[in-house]
Amino acid sequence: MALDSKVPQGPIADKWTNYKNHIDLVNPANKRNIDVIVVGTGLAGGSACATLAELGYNVKAFAYQDSPRRAHSIAAQGGINAAKNYQGDGDSIYRLFYDTVKGGDYRAREANVYRLAEVSANIIDQCVAQGVPFARDYGGLLDNRSFGGVLVSRTFYAKGQTGQQLLLGAYSAMNRQIGRGKIKMHTRHEMMDVVLVDGKARGIIARNLVTGEIERHSAHAVVIASGGYGNVFYLSTNAMGSNVSASWKIHKKGAYFANPCYTQIHPTCIPVSGDHQSKLTLMSESLRNDGRIWVPAKLEDAQAIRDGKKKATDLVEADRDYFLERRYPAFGNLVPRDVASRAAKERCDAGFGVNATGEAVYLDFAAAIERYGIEQALIQGDQNPSKEKVNTLGTAIVKAKYGNLFQMYYKIADEDPYTSPMKIYPAVHYTMGGTWVDYNLMTTIPGCYAIGEANFSEHGANRLGASALMQGLADGYFVLPYTIGDYLSKDIRTGKIPTDTPEFEEAEHAVKEQINSLINNNGSKSVDYFHKRLGKIMWNKVGMSRNEQGLKEAMAEIKALREEFWKEVNVPGTADTFNEELAKAGRVADFLELGELFAKDALTREESCGGHFREESAETEGPQKGEAKRDDENFAFVSAWEYKGEPADAVLHREQLEFNDIELKTRSYK
Amino acid sequence: MDMNLKLKIWRQKGANDEGQMVDYNLGGVSPDMSFLEMLDVLNEKIINEGGVPVAFDHDCREGICGMCSLYINGEAHGPDRGVTTCQLHMRKFKDGDTIYIEPFRAKAFPVVKDLVVDRSAFDRIQHQGGFISVNTSGNTQDANSLPISKYAADEAMDAATCIGCGACVATCKNSSAMLFVGAKVSQYALLPQGQVEAADRVRNMVAQMDAEGFGNCTNTGACEVECPKGISLDNIARMNREFFKANI
Repeated sequence: MALDSKVPQGPIADKWTNYKNHIDLVNPANKRNIDVIVVGTGLAGGSACATLAELGYNVKAFAYQDSPRRAHSIAAQGGINAAKNYQGDGDSIYRLFYDTVKGGDYRAREANVYRLAEVSANIIDQCVAQGVPFARDYGGLLDNRSFGGVLVSRTFYAKGQTGQQLLLGAYSAMNRQIGRGKIKMHTRHEMMDVVLVDGKARGIIARNLVTGEIERHSAHAVVIASGGYGNVFYLSTNAMGSNVSASWKIHKKGAYFANPCYTQIHPTCIPVSGDHQSKLTLMSESLRNDGRIWVPAKLEDAQAIRDGKKKATDLVEADRDYFLERRYPAFGNLVPRDVASRAAKERCDAGFGVNATGEAVYLDFAAAIERYGIEQALIQGDQNPSKEKVNTLGTAIVKAKYGNLFQMYYKIADEDPYTSPMKIYPAVHYTMGGTWVDYNLMTTIPGCYAIGEANFSEHGANRLGASALMQGLADGYFVLPYTIGDYLSKDIRTGKIPTDTPEFEEAEHAVKEQINSLINNNGSKSVDYFHKRLGKIMWNKVGMSRNEQGLKEAMAEIKALREEFWKEVNVPGTADTFNEELAKAGRVADFLELGELFAKDALTREESCGGHFREESAETEGPQKGEAKRDDENFAFVSAWEYKGEPADAVLHREQLEFNDIELKTRSYK
Repeated sequence: MDMNLKLKIWRQKGANDEGQMVDYNLGGVSPDMSFLEMLDVLNEKIINEGGVPVAFDHDCREGICGMCSLYINGEAHGPDRGVTTCQLHMRKFKDGDTIYIEPFRAKAFPVVKDLVVDRSAFDRIQHQGGFISVNTSGNTQDANSLPISKYAADEAMDAATCIGCGACVATCKNSSAMLFVGAKVSQYALLPQGQVEAADRVRNMVAQMDAEGFGNCTNTGACEVECPKGISLDNIARMNREFFKANI
């Protein structure tokens, strides 16, 4: 099947408006006869549920958690971008569009990104109307901060809990509709498969995670909003339950999977402390507004610090290497995430790491505390404050801005970041890849949509900070409700979709077969044993830097591990009870397939772009020496993979990317 | 330096089964582990010995989703302050300690299995008024056309940081949910956007809270002490004020 992105004609600034003016609509009375299933209730799914229900559709929502409020969008810390230009610093829809396309290393679809930038301002208005308590200045207006990869302040925030407040906003809008009966919420339910009738998505098979019951649910369209697949690395900043299964099930039924190798490795996470580690914790990018990243300039100092003979605070300025400020003077500590992560890895690989494992760099707030302290003293009329006073006043400001993050760091690392710098290291955080969708956010299965992190989306090969929340809410509140209506307008005479059909029967049977084979396997190794091994392969060979040999090895190792899993996995308990191990086993089985496709995609893309760094493709000379080298001539396309059984046999379809409104340039932050 | 622990854990097969405390010995516990990572190690051991692992709720493991719970040595989220169980670290315990691990107990939170409880009563309270009735169409006024004092916005934010974990209920001798409900009522009561529906909201949410079987507040303040997010008792006072205002 040839890929058709269905991007509307016309100038980029008019596409979305023209599109909305010409689509088919469903009249309010007919909406009452149409059902929509939404899988996942984070920012994208939750906002989609609320808006679709307000419009009058019957929404059936599914979440594996015990409440929609638990979805992992809640953990997003720093903020949400919007082209409001409240600061008057030159922001505009075009500039947000430009920054996002450039930040994504020119691997996103222009028309989608422009639409995202266009609706971004609506999100802020909408959320304020819903009672989201964004940070404000003393005049009562909204405050902004800066994020990496941009030169304006366009990020709105609610302390370090912006994701929480936005999700609770979407959750509140859902609650209003649940109370009215327009959303039927199925918590502690997992989607096991999608059901196709005459080639269209018409329902799902779900498992009740409390009773183990297998259920059939039908609808006129199915929306996948189940988030990203970073947990293929086992250790990531994702929630423990975050999984690829819903996306992978639709992939196996015909939805193409796009750019699986585009993974965001976030530069500022708390380093790994030992083999027992179950997840990694992010320290928000907003910290890079005020924190300075450095390692010792001398190898002997790094060694002394690792041996515990010296402390960070023992090193004078001249003995510190602020490597981001040194390498990237224009953007300094606020370079995009992929650039910051690789720079930290480069220093640690060269022997400058500052913790016992040698895999950590400093994030230091001493300069910010001093700067704020002097400013506060001046406000109080003290022209010549003591060092202690500066420190006290400055600490108070830093605490007000980042208090919850500092507390989180202190609890995990057992060190006080107000008096000694944080230690941080990159970790898997977000996946730009995902299910391929057209301009309508529809996958290659008619009637099956993918929104939020689950789709391959507008972030290209690297997502800028504070853009995930923007995209999730844009998709759910403002884009999908239009595009899905155009599709559903053809379904007003269809009537209710029955579930007592051979298609549902067959799908349910296959689900039960897989569950039985897992439960009755009686192997000798736990699910986590396999998940951890998969994670090690992924991190070592498909992680921050990749090469041909490693990727080929990874593909073979993952395939062998998958075979071992099906022979040796031990799933205790029974299928008809609350059984967390069984749920995990199903998810890991899917990760073991995705991982191989992921490596295959990375192998196929013989260029470096964004978060995807191929060692064979780096600049060898000139001012950009050592930086990633993109190859626009051969790789300016989206890789969309068609399922053919074994992941290694997947067939590549290319969506050529055209750049009419932005000139393709080397991405420089120097 | 690894620790050896004696664990006494509540095991219960399902909502209608009788439960009991079961003893486990666990070695090789690192002080850097989180409490839930310690339980992961225990479960791995149980699975490898052919048993059924201990069920417990958890998800984000960074203290924000509110899914983890646990009553540890008689305290919701354990002995540390200002943290959820997933942020509690084993360095808070000593080698040789005996640790009692129970589910959050309240009539309105029935046990699902082992340490997992059903907190959907919280959602049902929110369905009755935990929102502002504005459609999500995007045709609202510009966000800056409604200035809100920094003080009110910050106070609303402090109330809104509730993660809905239920520690307040589990801690309260009356199993009262007034800190949870008070936090949501307060968030909207402090903001101009929340005024239009203020009276209906507080009446309906309180009615649902009572219908779910949560107890009343007798001002002991235990909830505020155990709340991992430091939600203030002031929110209960504010809810009471809103409730009286709505009923005169």
